[in-house]
This record gives sequence, C-alpha cells and structure tokens, in this order.
Amino acid sequence: MSHSPDPAVLIAQIKDKLGIGDDKVYAVMGEFAEPEDLVEAGRRIRAMGYTKIDAMTPFPVHGIDEAIGVPYSKIGWIVICGALAGITTAQILIYYVGAIDYPLIIGGKPLFDFTYSIPPTFELAVLFSAITTFICTWGLSGLPRLYHPSMNYRNAHRASDDRFLLVVEADDPKFDAQKTAQDMRSVGANDVEVVEG
Amino acid sequence: MSAVVQDPQLMAVNPPLVQGATDLHDLTDQISSVVEAKVYETPLKYWITLMITGSVVLLLGAMLTYLVNTGIGVWGNNRPIGWAWDITNFVFWIGIGHAGTLISAILFLFRQKWRTSINRSAEAMTLFAVMCAGIFPLFHTGRPWRAFYWLFPIPNTDLNIWQNFRSPLIWDVFAVSTYFTVSLLFWYTGLVPDLASLRDRATSKIRQVVFAILSLGWRGSARHWRHYEQAYLILAGISTPLVLSVHSVVSFDFATSVIPGWHTTIFPPYFVAGAIFSGFACVMTLLLIARWTLNLQNLITIKHLDNMNKIILVTGSVVGYAYCTEFFIAWYSGDIYERFTFLNRAFGPYWWAAWAMYSCNVFIPQLYWSKKMRTNLWVMFIISITTNIGMWFERFVIIATSLTRDFLPSSWGYYSPTWVDICTFIGTIGLFLTLFLLFARFLPMIAMSEVKGVAAIEKHSFAGQVEGSPSHR
Amino acid sequence: MSLVNITLKNTPAATPAPVTGPEYWRSLDQLADTPEFRTWVEREFPDDAAAVLDGNSRRTMLKIMAASFGLAGLAACSRPEYRLAPQARGREDYIPGAAYNYTSVFSLGGHASGLVVQTYEGRPSKIEGNPDHPASLGAATALAQASLLSVYDPDRSKAVLDGGKQSTWEKFEAAVKGLSLGDGSGLRFLSGTVISPTLDSLRAEALKKWPKAKWVEYESIGRDNERAGAMLAFGQAVNVHPQFDKAKVILSLDYDFLGADYPTPLATKLFSKNRHVDSEEDLEKISRLYVVESQFSLTGANAEHRLRMQGGEVQKFAADLVAALSAAPAGNDKRGKFLAALAKDLKAAGKDALVVAGPRQPAIVHALAHQINQTLGVATVTYTKAASSDRVDSGVDALKTLTGEMTGGQVTTLIILGGNPAFTAPADLQFGAALAKVANSIHLGAEDDETAAAAKWHLPEAHYLEAWGDAQSTDGVVAIQQPMIEPIFGGKSAIEVMAVLLDSKDRKGLDLVKNFWTAQWPAATKENTWRKTLNDGVIAGTQTAEVKVSVDSKRIQAMPAPAANGIEVGFVPSATTWDGRFANNAWMQEAPDPITKLVWTNVALISPAMGREKGWKDGDMVALTRANLKLEAAVMVQPGHADNAVTIALGYGRPRSGSVGTNVGYNAGLIRTSDSFWFGQGFAIAATGAKEILANTQEHGSMEEPQLVAGIKPNKRPLVRETTIEEYKKNSKAIEEMNEVPELDSVYPQLKWEGLQWGMAIDLGACTGCNACVVACQAENNVPSVGKDQVLRGREMHWIRMDRYYVGSVDDPRAVEQPIPCMQCENAPCENVCPVQATTHSPEGLNDMAYNRCVGTRYCANNCPFKVRHFNFLDWHKNFLERRRIEPELMQMVYNPDVTVRMRGIMEKCTYCVQRIQEARIATKTDNRREFTGEGVVTACQQTCPADAISFGNINDPNSKVAKLKKQERNYAMLAELDVRPRTTYLGRLRNPNPELEAS
Repeated sequence: MSHSPDPAVLIAQIKDKLGIGDDKVYAVMGEFAEPEDLVEAGRRIRAMGYTKIDAMTPFPVHGIDEAIGVPYSKIGWIVICGALAGITTAQILIYYVGAIDYPLIIGGKPLFDFTYSIPPTFELAVLFSAITTFICTWGLSGLPRLYHPSMNYRNAHRASDDRFLLVVEADDPKFDAQKTAQDMRSVGANDVEVVEG
Repeated sequence: MSAVVQDPQLMAVNPPLVQGATDLHDLTDQISSVVEAKVYETPLKYWITLMITGSVVLLLGAMLTYLVNTGIGVWGNNRPIGWAWDITNFVFWIGIGHAGTLISAILFLFRQKWRTSINRSAEAMTLFAVMCAGIFPLFHTGRPWRAFYWLFPIPNTDLNIWQNFRSPLIWDVFAVSTYFTVSLLFWYTGLVPDLASLRDRATSKIRQVVFAILSLGWRGSARHWRHYEQAYLILAGISTPLVLSVHSVVSFDFATSVIPGWHTTIFPPYFVAGAIFSGFACVMTLLLIARWTLNLQNLITIKHLDNMNKIILVTGSVVGYAYCTEFFIAWYSGDIYERFTFLNRAFGPYWWAAWAMYSCNVFIPQLYWSKKMRTNLWVMFIISITTNIGMWFERFVIIATSLTRDFLPSSWGYYSPTWVDICTFIGTIGLFLTLFLLFARFLPMIAMSEVKGVAAIEKHSFAGQVEGSPSHR
Repeated sequence: MSLVNITLKNTPAATPAPVTGPEYWRSLDQLADTPEFRTWVEREFPDDAAAVLDGNSRRTMLKIMAASFGLAGLAACSRPEYRLAPQARGREDYIPGAAYNYTSVFSLGGHASGLVVQTYEGRPSKIEGNPDHPASLGAATALAQASLLSVYDPDRSKAVLDGGKQSTWEKFEAAVKGLSLGDGSGLRFLSGTVISPTLDSLRAEALKKWPKAKWVEYESIGRDNERAGAMLAFGQAVNVHPQFDKAKVILSLDYDFLGADYPTPLATKLFSKNRHVDSEEDLEKISRLYVVESQFSLTGANAEHRLRMQGGEVQKFAADLVAALSAAPAGNDKRGKFLAALAKDLKAAGKDALVVAGPRQPAIVHALAHQINQTLGVATVTYTKAASSDRVDSGVDALKTLTGEMTGGQVTTLIILGGNPAFTAPADLQFGAALAKVANSIHLGAEDDETAAAAKWHLPEAHYLEAWGDAQSTDGVVAIQQPMIEPIFGGKSAIEVMAVLLDSKDRKGLDLVKNFWTAQWPAATKENTWRKTLNDGVIAGTQTAEVKVSVDSKRIQAMPAPAANGIEVGFVPSATTWDGRFANNAWMQEAPDPITKLVWTNVALISPAMGREKGWKDGDMVALTRANLKLEAAVMVQPGHADNAVTIALGYGRPRSGSVGTNVGYNAGLIRTSDSFWFGQGFAIAATGAKEILANTQEHGSMEEPQLVAGIKPNKRPLVRETTIEEYKKNSKAIEEMNEVPELDSVYPQLKWEGLQWGMAIDLGACTGCNACVVACQAENNVPSVGKDQVLRGREMHWIRMDRYYVGSVDDPRAVEQPIPCMQCENAPCENVCPVQATTHSPEGLNDMAYNRCVGTRYCANNCPFKVRHFNFLDWHKNFLERRRIEPELMQMVYNPDVTVRMRGIMEKCTYCVQRIQEARIATKTDNRREFTGEGVVTACQQTCPADAISFGNINDPNSKVAKLKKQERNYAMLAELDVRPRTTYLGRLRNPNPELEAS
C-alpha cells in the first residue's frame, strides 16, 4: 500500500529478514518542544487505542498522566503502613526495655507511661514513613537501574533538558513499528524513531 | 521557544522568578554551568573563601581532639553551669536547620512558587546545620566514646542497661537523628531529576558514571513522576510536623526540668518561632553570599529576599511576644525563684547578654516594616547577621544564665568561656560554610526540574489548561 | 596476702628547691642538675651515666625517668627495701581485703585526741574518733582526719641530711657518739608541748644526765596563756575543764572553742549536747552563748549574742564585767547594753554560768575569767592538777631566751624535736639566723623545711601513724599511739631519737613505750593490761583527780589595757593548716575555711567599715608594716569583723614546703613578733595596688536575694530555718510555716516506699559548721582535690559541703551553717533526665550512681535543685599525681578500697556511704542473723560529727532515731514545693537569745 516506503518501515522489514524482529524493538519514540503538544499528542495516541504509552519530560507535565492513562500512585497507602510500623516499634521498644527487660525506679515515675513515650513514638513514626516513602519511590519506578533501552533514542538526553518525549512501547498489543511510527508523526511528534531494546 | 515570562501584565502582578534565561535549555545551561565549570572558570573569590573556611574546619578538628584527650575541663563549664556554649551551639544550629525544611516543605505545601529557586540550598543548609548541631550533644559528654552508642537503643553486652525514655535527651537523640535522615532523603529525592540532567549533559566518562549512579537511572518517565510527586508531597507533609516536633523536643530539655528559667511551658512554640526566625536569617545570609560569589542575581531575585524578610519580621515579633509572656508569668506565678531568675536575667551579671538578645531579635527587625529596608541588600545582610547573633544569645541566656543562679544562693556561680569554647564554635561555623560552598559548586544549587515546571506554568497560568504548582494533583 | 613494696631508690630525693606543682615539667631540667639526680643516675645507669647527664641526651633521660616513676612497682620486685604490710606472714584470723581498726592518738598543740584508725592490708585509710577517749568521744576533727593524707605525702623528708648532704642514720648515731656534751651546759632541747609521758620520762633522764642542759617547749599555737592565767589566778598550775554541757549562760572572751582554738572535738561535743531538742524539756536545756571577739569565728557564728572588738579591748571588757557584776554599768551604747544584759544574765544563771577566755588572750584575761567564775560560784568548770616539771621553760619568752643564747654562742648543741621553729618563731627572734650560729644543730622534722635548711643535721621524723608513742590529755588520761604502718621514708620518732641521744638500751619505739608503762604495772597482769590498753586506746585509771582551787584576787590587778593606736593586727590559728604543718596537705588546703569559705590561701580579714572607708575589695593586696617588718597580703572584707582590726591566719605562705604548700597564701609570721604574739597595735596598712584572685567555694553569702532593681523587694529564701525558743513555744509550726507549700499533685501515681528505707536528718541547731564531715567524706569516698585553679572555675568535688549564710546587717551579722549532702530525693529530678539510666533509685530509697554507665551529659547536675552533683571535668587523680610527681603506689594507698575511684568525664555524688550499708548488710548475712533492718549503719559524716547533728537510718522503723527526728515539728525539707521529696531533711535551728538584747 505504501509507494514511498517509510524509512522506519524499511528498517522494520530489513529486521524481519535478518530475523531480529519486533521482539527486539523497545518502542517508538518521538519528541515535542512544548509540554502542551505532548499532552495533546498523548491524548490522541491513546484515543487510537494504544495502552502502553509513556512520556519522558524534564519536569512533571500536568495532565499527561490522564492523557496517556498512567494510574494514580498507591505510595501513600504503603507509607501509612510504615508509620503504623514505627508507632508499634516505638511502643514495644519503650515498654520492653523499661518495664520488662530491666525495670528500674527512676524519678519515682512508673516503669512505663504513655505520656513520656509520645516523643520517641512520634519520631519513629516519622522516620519509618520517610524511609518507606524513599524506598517505594524508586522501587515502584523500577529504579535504580543504570541502563534503559529508551537511552538509545537519539534525543533521549534532552528529556532531562528541554524536550518532551512520547513513547509507545513495543509490547503494546496494538503496536506495529510502521503503523505506530506513522501515528506518532500524525500527532506531530518530531524525530520519530523505532527504538531498539 | 521562550519558556520564561515576558508577558508584561503578568510581570506587573508577579515579577518573574527566573530572569535572563531565554528558554528551558538556556536555564539548564545557566544552572549546570556552575557545576560543570572547569576549576579556572569558577571565580577565584570562591576558591579563596573555600580555602579560608577549610582551614577553620581543621581548627575544629584540633579542638575536638584536644577536648576528647583532656576532658570537658578545657571548656568553661563548671558547677552549677553544666551546660554553656556546648548546648547553646547545639540549639543554635538546630534552629538554623529548621528554616531549610520549612522553606522547602511548608512553602511547598502552601504552593509558594518563589521557594523553587532557594529550596535546594535551604535543604542543604538544613543538612549541614544539623551536622554541626550533632557535634555538640556528642562531644559535650564526658565520655563520647561511650555516648555515641549508649545513647541509642542498641543492646550492649557491657552493662545491659537500656536508655531512659523519660529523659528529654533520649527524645533529642530520636528527634535529631530522625530529622537528619528525613532531611537527607528529602534533599536527595529532590536532587535526583537534576542529577539525571547532569548525567545527560556529562561529557567525560567519569561524570557520566558518577551521575548515572547518583541519579539512579532516572529518565523522567511519567511512571517515575507520578510516584515521585506523591513521594515529594508526602516527605514535605511529614517534614512539616517533624520540624515542629524537633524543636519542641529540644525545648523539652529545658521545659521538663525544675530549674527556674528552664521550667517553662511556652518553650515549644517559642523555640519553634525562634528557630524559623534564626533559620530564615541564616538562609538570607547564605543566599546573599552565594548570590555575590556565584553571580546568581538572576535566580535569587529581590522578590525572594523581600518575602523572606517579611517572615523574619513576623517570627521576630512572635519571639518578642514570647519574651514578654515569660516576664509576665514570672511575675504572675508568684514563685520567688522564678521571679528572681527573670529579674536576674535582665539586670543580673548577664544583663548584657539579655539586652543583646532583645535588641537583635525584637527591636532591630522592626525596621522591616518599611519596604525600602526589606529590599536593601546591605540592610538585609546586616540584619540577617544581627538576628543570628541575637538568637545565639537567646539560647545562651536561657541555658547558661538560668543555671548561674538557681535555688541555693550558696551554689551560685559565673560562667566565662575558654578559648577552646570559642574556637570550637568558630570551627563549626567553618564546617558549615565549607560544606555549603562545596555543595554550591558541585551540585545544582537550584532545583532545575522545579524551576522549569514553574516557568512553564507562569507562561501558561493565564491559559487555564494547567493550574497550580507543578506538584498539583 | 599482698605485700605493697616501694623502692624510693627509683626516685631522686627531694630537690633543694621543692618544685611547685604546675611547674613540674618545666622544672625537670633543674631537677636533672641536682646532685641527688646525678648520684641516682649513676646508680641506675652505671655504664652511660655520663652520656645521660650531658645536656643533649638529658631530655631522653628524663623520659626514661618519668617512665620509671610508673614502673616503681616493677623495679620494687627486684629490690624490695621494706614491706608496708605489717603482717609479713599470713595469719589464720587475718582476712585479706577486710578492714582492721586500731586505736591510736593524735597530738596537736598540747591537746590529745584518741583515734580509731581503719587499715586495709596494713595501710591506714580512714581516721575516726575513739569513743573511749575523753577528748574525742568518738569524733575526730578535720585536722586529725586529714593527718592521714600526710602519711602518704611524697614531699615528706625522706633522708637524713648532714649539712644538706644526704646521709644515714648510722652516720648520725656515730656523730652523736662523737659529741662531747659534758654537763650539758651547751646543750639545749627545743620541742613542742610535751604531752607524752614516755618522752617526759626520757626528758627527765636527759636533764639528769646533763644537769646544765635546758629544755624549751615552744608551740606557735599553744596553751601557754591558759597555763599562765591559771598560775596567775590560783598560784598553781592547774588544767581548766569548762563543762559547756552543764552551763546555761556561757561567755566566751575571744575563745573560738568551737573552732581552731580547741583542736579536739571535746568542746563541740559538750557544747552541742544540750542543743539537741527532742522534747519540751529540752527547750529549757538550750544554753545561751555570748561571744566577744575580733574576727568572726565559728564560735561567734554560733553565738546568740556577739560583741565585736579589738583583741586588745577584751581585757578591758573582762575587767568592766567584773565591775558590772557588783554594780550595774553605765553606758548606753551597744557595748554598754551588752555588758549590762550579760552581767544580769550571768548573775541570774549563777552556778549555771560559765566564763571562758581564749588561748590568744593574755594571762590576765584568763585570771579575770576565773575570778568571775568564782564570784558567780559556777559549778560548770572543774580543775585538775597539771603536770609541771621544773627546768622546763615553755612559751615564747623561753624561746626568746633560747635564741638569745644561741646568738650569744652559749649553745653548742641544739636538738629540735619536731616542729618547724624557723617558720613558726616570731619574726623578731630571727630564729633561722640564730640556728645557723649553733655548731651542732639537730632537727627532727617531718619535712625538709625552713628549719631543716638552717640546721646542720636533719632527721626525717616518723609520722605519728608510723611510730609508737603515747599522749596524755589535760585530764590525765593517757592514750597509746599505735603505728599503723612501717615508716615509709624510714623516719624515727622523737622518743627514738632521744633514746639514741641517751644511748639507752631500748631503741625501738615499741620497747620504749611498752617498757615505760608495763614497768608501772604488776608483773602478773602487765601483758593483759597492755593488750587491753591497745584495744581500748586508753590506759585505764590514768585520770587525774579534780582539785579544788580558789582565786586569790589580790594577785589580779587588771593592768591598763594597751591604748588603741592605729590598726590592731590579730593572728589566729588556721582552721586548715594550723601553724603550717598541714600546709602540704591537699585535703586541708581544699577544705573551705568555715567562715570565709576560702580555699588554698589565707587573707587579711578586715571589717566592712574599713573596706568601705579605704575602698578595698576582696583580693586587693595590702602591705601591713610595723617598724622593719612587712607583710603583703590580700584583704577580704569579713562581715562582723571588728573595726580598725586586721585578722590573719597563721600557717600559710610557707617558703619551703612541699609541692602543695610552698608559697600558698601569706606568711603571717613575717609580722608576728614576741611582743605582739597574738595581737598587736600600731600597724600601718596601705594598699599596694596589686590584686589577687581569691578562690572560695561560696560566692553569695546570704539567703536574701541581691537587690537588682530599685523598688522591687528582694525575697528571702527559706533554706536555713531558725527561730527562737519563745517563738517555737508559741507556735511549734513556726519552722514549717516559713515556706508555704501548695497542694502537691503528680500526674504519676506515687510509689510506695516499703520496708527498709534510708533517710537522714540534720539538726541545724546542733551543727556548728566545723568541717569535720567534709573531710570525713573526702577520706571515706576517695573524693579528689582539684587545686586552686579549678576551685576558681567552681569545680570543687566535696560530696558534702558546708553552706554558710550571713543573717542581719553586713557590719554585725550572725551566721548559720548548713551541711549539704545529696538529698536522695524520692522523685529525683536528676534521675528523670539521665539518658542512659546511669543514676537510678534503689528500692531502699538511695539515689544511686552507676559510674561505669555514666556518659557525662551533666544534665543531672543541671537539674539538681541542690547542686550536690560533682563532675570530673578532668582526670583529677591523674592530674593530682602529675602535679605532685607521686609514685602511684603511694597515692593509691590512701584510697578506700570499698569505693570506686571515679574516672574523668563522669558524674559523682553522695551515696549515703552505700559501701557502709553493704558492709553492714553482708555482716548481717555472714553471722546469719535475722534479716537486715539497717541497724549499725553509720555514714562517714555522721560518725565523725562532733555535734552529733547528723542522724541516719531506716525511716520506716519507728524506733530509729532518724524516724523520731523526722516526726519533730521543726523537721523540714528544703524546696519541698518542688515535690522532689528529699530523704535528707533538716531540723530547724532554735536559738535562745536574751530578750533584752534581741529587742535592741
């Protein structure tokens, strides 16, 4: 159907011949200069029925999550558990060391009392939740990792500077290197590339 | 494109945060250039300053070695004044640290966009201040080699005794160590996207590897940002009560005691206000210096400084109110010891310290009622310094002079510092400045990703499509 | 069992100029130039001594030497010189590590006080009073207790010196044989007051052997005036025994019998006896004390009424009193009123009155006192015959004659048995110069001191705890002086030296003493009697009978008192260094003066009026001059001091003492002359412009807050509470109501303190503030001395301190003393704040310290309302060793092995002598009695208190004394409003003022 063969398509065909097919492809990536364009493009790409869409931006662009259907982060719930863990640890620690393991009369005060256990309890709650938050942030984002296929994209390094990248990943059921690349162009992406994995 | 505002009517209502940068890339360049500069490209005044502060750090090392080898006796502490400069400096530094967290956390929650250009350095300041603070509780003990692990609930085989959770000092241990950890995580989390930019800009292999590792492989994916923003919001959320709790706990060291002048219930709010006050003053000092040595006029604008001066004026007045309350209660309580302590504070042997504190903390900041003063660089520099002097004196007055004359006249005493006291304090200042200078030179002092976000919004805030701060969800 | 060995071969003998502490390292170079050092080096390093002594490698040498101090012990193993443990062979009944107590006796200034000395492995480690001894009655003075430290004083004289050169006892004995003394016309003996019967017998023997010889007794601080006074009044030598406990109205004529004028606990014991109030009747027993004096003495502080006047005016006052007793006196000034009221009171008291005169007052004043007592017909004083042997001259005049003879060359051989006359003799006698004129001068002394320097021969004197001897109290009771330890530095006692001189067959102290006494006992029982004597500490039946004497008033013509001209300077015994013999004793140097609270110095005390008039502040240097005599000293304004008078304590400013005492304070001896031996007129005083920093342990001396803002009335803090008997009778709650305590309510449930609960009650009515408890605690609990510089920083370590507050006008105040140990609060604020649980509460209510847990945050000390916690800011013990170059063994021997020696960087405090509690508990267990109820536990401070002001025990046992006292209505807790619930409480002081004078 295509008379003027698209370079991306050609490459894909060559790959087929060589037996290095789509499975080796990571995604089709394209870049935008403006965040709004990215959001707009993202929304349209999604409308085309793509589900495995991602965006790479120098700062959190607003509306992009809804646009490309990235779910809401669950991190908050995990952190609450962290906080609870902190509180329990503190209470158990203070009760155990003061009233069970080595009871001592101090200042005529009881071996354990809620009042004076409040400050350490609060601090431990904060500490635990902070650490949980920190670990989850990277853990849920699949970080740390030193290599990622998206780095093969020509303009990948500008994603942390002044470009806004749109990604349709290869494992999207609707993914097809040529088609997807065209779609990307059709929503206004520049430098569209089939990025290898 | 031009990411940064030129829109006149917007300029009028809300002067730009970032001037001079023509677009996002330019902005990245501006900020990163400081970090990426070759040694000779960094202004010479920077290296000279670093050299000086560095040598002061050596002084600190020498003092601490001497202290540990000889004993607390090398300080001026005595009976009844068991705590003097040591704990004064501790509270002073902790107080300084608090502004950092407040600026980045509370202003963040309050959607104060102007914070973005200073929050990074404010957070760094917190870290370094807490490091300086941490030195004192450890080294003021008679046996630091024991204290450093007996103060933590680590099962020890030598005595099997645990910690006393009734003791505010143990609360301090928990509060301060938590505070340091959380501030570190908060700061580092904020740093990661910028480290990624540096990685992507890196030309030399080493820089690439180093920043690749530090940035944890951040690639700004939407899937990162969603967690990241949540996390940042949460960290900001818990840091805010943390700050309040930390200085409240510090104030408990005194509030829970029986010593007149210490045993005071208004300490928690009073200390927190004082902390914000001194902290903002210290940020001010640092920004002005950084602005001067690293030519950051474009990034740290008069507007930021003006805002900060307003906060200094408010907190300063709050502190002043606390002073009055103390005196009123001392009179109203009818407790003869309490009453004498406060008379003695203002008119006793240490009257000069008390009046230094009143003038620096309450009277001088009143100048900030006038905008002219708030926007005059020299005025604000001087006031930021006097404020810190005043706040140091506040701690000294509360801690040391309350101890000099307590219940039994027979054991009244007088305290005067030794050269070791003085050099140790100067040493921590040196440590603080050194760390800060190193940070300013080797890490992005401005949170690039955040500034970019703000820039983008300012550009489009009239186009209702994207609203609120970058972190709005 | 362990043998403690020391070889002093390892250390060079004392350098000619004893180096002061801080200069020690700087002085090593000088040290290395001394002959002693060279001989030592040659002995120790025979091969390369030369190399060592040449300047370049000297430094290295000194390092080695420094090391060898530390290695003294090791070196000792190779060549033990002598054993310090008395039992060389193990004994069946001997338990190593257990404390053994032996009786002994301490003699000072003609007074004897019996002791019980605690020893571990033959090392004396604590001194207490012997209950069986009439002058101790179980208590011991601060000086007596501190004398323990002198046993281990490394600066003591270590070797026989012949013209400054090191010599030996053998050489000395040879030299003595060489002396041709003939009939002894050129022979003179000089000693302190001899109260040792053994020595007295040897003296008699000597005076028999050398009929023309003379024996002079001289005490710089002695009882010559008392003796002379008795002579004057009664025409015979009698000892006077005032019964302070029997008297209702007491007048002290410049007699500090509660303080330095009476160096045994007896007077305090008797005086305080009827100041214990346990019942209504006891209120009537409380005596009324009047004091007239110049300086503000401890006795003055305890007086109901005190009249200040120059020392010279006391005589006039006494004479006026004699008159006033017959005819009411004129004069409406303070003195007049005082005199009138006093006379009236004395007459009213009649046989219950008592007038005593101080040893610093001339004979006539004593005679007048006796006369008054007789006129009043008092039954409160007894007399005993005083032993007086002829051909013995005593006192300053005798010394004057002697120095005359010495300068005149009549004296060829002078034997000085103990003492340091070159320092203590009046300046005008030029004793040192005179001594140099004597061909054979032999000085037996504890230190290589001023006298030793001037004498030809110097013999190291054995400490009294190192030598056998005996001492007789004024009432005749004899106590045996038992040694606790071999002479550490190979010294000999006076009797042993006499034995050498007399070439008697007994040369050992033991034989001399034992044979002297057993000879007087029936042969059959002598061994048992001897054993019993050693056990009791006193020889039964040696008490001399009372004699009836009457004053021959014809002999007493009140001679005209010296006309007041200019400033009077008075000399008083130092409460801390006595006449200078304790100058090198760190415990005494750091024991605060009971009134001035100064440490490590004496001062010229002046009245506030004089201070105002001259514009002098504490520490201003002044020059006191008369004729060619000059003394520069720092002044201190002493509230209550007499105007136009200066008082300066003796015993300081030793030019040649050890590393602690040399040039500490000001040598009052420089202006003390034989004609103004105790006080004298006509001194000029002028500021030199210099300033001296004085170290005291208490800055603020009033319970009244300083006036900081005009118009705001300063509060008076109810810390020391006192009231008059009348008030107390009217309202027995008077003491309690001095501080209104709000309803106390804790958020926490109060703990139940059941079973054995320790507590202490201190009776402020009885306490005189004598400092004995402070030193007792220091000895018992290994409390370190810190030195002047550290006291100036406020870092003194005394676990129990004596607070002194002035009450009333600065010109003429009263003073109250308050001992402050740890209060052992039930709700201890210190415990709450310790982060590592280093200080916690024992179930028996003790506030314990776990020293090895303490990290030294000092938070507990900050939060202690009573400031009784003391921090080891530096390594005091090491510091002490370094500054005094003490062999570690020597230093450690003084420690109480039952008490931890605290290291640098930790907190320490009074523990109610927990080691004694444990000891008693273990004892109960070992002789498996019923469960431990806390009987028989006596704290160190309580044990030694001459006023029995401290009670300690189980407060839950209703029969214990402490529980009973705490039930009294005058019992109160300091700062009760803090709800810390102190276990140490105080019994309010009850005074018995004369209404007539109190009104005025």
